[in-house]
Amino acid sequence: MEEKKITPEIKKQLLEAAGTDNYFDDEESLLAHSYDATPIYQAMPEAVIYARSTRQVSAVLKVADEHRIPVYTRGSASNLSAGTFPLKGGIVLVMTKMNRLLEIDEDNLTATFETGLITKDLHDAVQEKGLFYPPDPGSMVVSTLGGNIGNCAGGLHGLKYGTTKDYVLGLKAVLPNGDVLETGGKLTKDVAGYDLTKLLVGSEGTLAVITEATVKLLPAPPYKRIMLAYFDDLFAAARTVSKIIAAKVIPATLEFLDHGTIREVEAFAGIGLPTDMEAILIIGQDGHQAVVDEEIEKMTQICMEEAAEVKVAENDEDAERLMTARRAAFTALARKKPTTILEDATVPRSQVAPMVEKIVEIGQKYDVEICTFGHAGDGNLHPTCMTDARDEEELARVEKAFDEIFEAALALGGTITGEHGVGLAKAAQLEWKVGKAGMEVMRGIKKAFDPHGILNPGKMFAEETRERVVLD
Amino acid sequence: MAVIEKQSMPKAEENALNTRMAELLNYDQALNCMRCGFCLPACPTYREMGQEASSPRGRIALMKAAADGLLQNPQVLEDQLNQCLGCRACETACPAGVHYGELYEQGKQAVEEKHARHRFWVRILRKLAFEHIFPYQKRMRILGGLIAFYQKSGLQRLVRKLGLIKLFPQHMQEMEAVLPETKASGVSQELGEFIPAKGEKIGTVGMFSGCIMDIMFLETNKNTVKLLSEAGFDVLIPKQQNCCGALHAHNGEREKAKALAKNNIRAFKEANVDFIASNAGGCGALLQEYNHLLDDEDEDMRREASWFAGRVKDVSELILDHSSLRDMGSLNERITYQSSCHLQNGMQVKDQPHFLLQSIKGAEYVPLLEGERCCGSAGIYNLVQPEMAGRILAEKMEHVRQTKADTLVTANPGCLLQMKAGIHKAGLSDKMRAVHIVDLLAEAKRIQ
Repeated sequence: MEEKKITPEIKKQLLEAAGTDNYFDDEESLLAHSYDATPIYQAMPEAVIYARSTRQVSAVLKVADEHRIPVYTRGSASNLSAGTFPLKGGIVLVMTKMNRLLEIDEDNLTATFETGLITKDLHDAVQEKGLFYPPDPGSMVVSTLGGNIGNCAGGLHGLKYGTTKDYVLGLKAVLPNGDVLETGGKLTKDVAGYDLTKLLVGSEGTLAVITEATVKLLPAPPYKRIMLAYFDDLFAAARTVSKIIAAKVIPATLEFLDHGTIREVEAFAGIGLPTDMEAILIIGQDGHQAVVDEEIEKMTQICMEEAAEVKVAENDEDAERLMTARRAAFTALARKKPTTILEDATVPRSQVAPMVEKIVEIGQKYDVEICTFGHAGDGNLHPTCMTDARDEEELARVEKAFDEIFEAALALGGTITGEHGVGLAKAAQLEWKVGKAGMEVMRGIKKAFDPHGILNPGKMFAEETRERVVLD
Repeated sequence: MAVIEKQSMPKAEENALNTRMAELLNYDQALNCMRCGFCLPACPTYREMGQEASSPRGRIALMKAAADGLLQNPQVLEDQLNQCLGCRACETACPAGVHYGELYEQGKQAVEEKHARHRFWVRILRKLAFEHIFPYQKRMRILGGLIAFYQKSGLQRLVRKLGLIKLFPQHMQEMEAVLPETKASGVSQELGEFIPAKGEKIGTVGMFSGCIMDIMFLETNKNTVKLLSEAGFDVLIPKQQNCCGALHAHNGEREKAKALAKNNIRAFKEANVDFIASNAGGCGALLQEYNHLLDDEDEDMRREASWFAGRVKDVSELILDHSSLRDMGSLNERITYQSSCHLQNGMQVKDQPHFLLQSIKGAEYVPLLEGERCCGSAGIYNLVQPEMAGRILAEKMEHVRQTKADTLVTANPGCLLQMKAGIHKAGLSDKMRAVHIVDLLAEAKRIQ
């Protein structure tokens, strides 16, 4: 697509569509909207528009579409896929002021909201009514639900409760031509046509601007417990995960820290973690007390077969302490070096141990520092590289290492991204996962929604696919 | 990831601010910001404005843009740094441990040196205050004496009666109304320079008496000394000490702050104390960071600065973590606590004040909703950014009202004045008072 500039005439039309109070093109606003949370990427937009209503978004998109001006929709810009930064200039459409929680329907167990609502605010509001919205990405204090929907966010509860796609029931979305599309509803069953709701979940702002959503809620589990197990053998930890599932227990959380992460967390927080251990599993269960207690007991037995040590939290304070290690993981790694690259290569649960081993091997091969933690229960790992963006030579090695990590994940039946999304960061590797046919179908879908390619241009579809690496 | 895709940003024409920013900004710190946005919900001005540029992430991006030579209009940076409260709530929220306060001070300094054009009366006031009054204890005392004269001679009554006070902006009037009674003498004149421990001595504390604290809150300083003595500390009040320099550092006058810091280090080094006591979060946080402030000095100075910084403790920490004093007396009232930002986010003293207040027998402690968020005082912010400060204060007072407390406790002189003004403005003066935590403890313990 040939990107057009915002001429004074187009600006006039945009001002009218957006409302003068919602349109900014001063240097401060442009600079402050030139990035997202992905290290290194940055580009200047030409205008920043705050979304206020579906109708206003529709008016803005109509103008942008007519003049072929790129529109980059974002919430809090906390994504790690270079998914919202304005690669080709144009308009950054900020959703954070469309943040009303419209309804919590206790009869249908649904919540309806504008998509600029902060994830944690929804969690708090439904919790007050004894309800539960499980997707809880690490960024939930700042992320918007629109961002969660756009990237199909996961979190700690994926294994037992699924991810965002399992909760979104209905959407209101604006197409580039200004038409408003309404999908689904407060319905558990709805097979009227293609499932456009699911198609839009994870579409990363490339198909439409989602302004409202209805999600499914669950009754809040009345009781929770946490336990922790240390392993001096990575494969023993992985076998334990499989044994737990084979014993027909599905824990609410099943988190994992590798040796490197344990070392860094201990160096940072000094909470007495054994730094000679190869892995820590943090396991949580929720539900009715009798069931939870029984399953925690069962999991304790299973862990003790191979773990060096098992600790079960006896009270909330204990639980809080046991969770410190997991919570400190990201913090500890983020503080080590100026640039932190957090990836999300994902494999089938049974392949977690070989994958972690492969990551360690690749890190050594390229002499880069990579620690891994993540959601062992659903195979979603976070190999995290600590580097310095100013060191171009090292960055080149980091890039090669990650290419190999993605290739290794694919070879194990996994994927290049489990919960962060493609954006620009993984656009060049997308074809590795979905193949030529997959790319063709996706291009066709993109064209059907956005014929002029104004929504999030440059993302998802790379100009060129990177050459696949050959694993040793 | 695809690092090679790094985007090129348009360069600005060379300007003095960008050049100075490139020299001053701790670029490692700026790069440590991974732009995750966790600071956004913690930031009071982001909450008010809802604009990215009014957030810590946005302000760091602007400072970095200047250092990278991308910022075309220096005014943008000045306005944003002026709007920042400097409360450092973002540091507590930051997973990467970015020292925002340091970047903010460097930004302020660059703006002050290379761009800021104050109106003439602001220039005169700044020069007078920063260079000719705050650095000198004696002159502070004279100022205290002048204010005391204003308050006691009938001049204050006359000014109010004649309506002269109405010539000042609203926020100045509000502050004037709650100005505490001042005195020309400081704590060392009143109590002497050495106050021995009561009972068995557990250590020696050097009392940092501060500038504003010592003239406007002399009683608080006296109570601090008495409490510390009660807790088992010998208390020394070094005579040669001066203002901590926080107001200077936060307003772009880092060089002057450094000079003040060096003098304080000398004064306390000579006294050879185990601890240095602060009863003002705003001062304590900077005192504790003298090693950062002076990190481009020679090795001897850096070592002395570390010696000093490592000894600085808030009075609540000294009592709770370093003494065995646990009897906090008794009071029959409902109390709540508004944190001092720099005590909490700078010194990382969070739980001690709550614990001390909850130890007062007979008192009912009610938590203040968002008591950890800035009250809008922020040094002299409420005087220079009255509109934003007013919005933040109004929201704060709504939460305060809901506690139905008799006493609103805080731990820093600026916050205390702001809370007094807030109570006055909210029409709660007959129901509620604002008190420094040390004064409340002295009252509960019946310390004379």
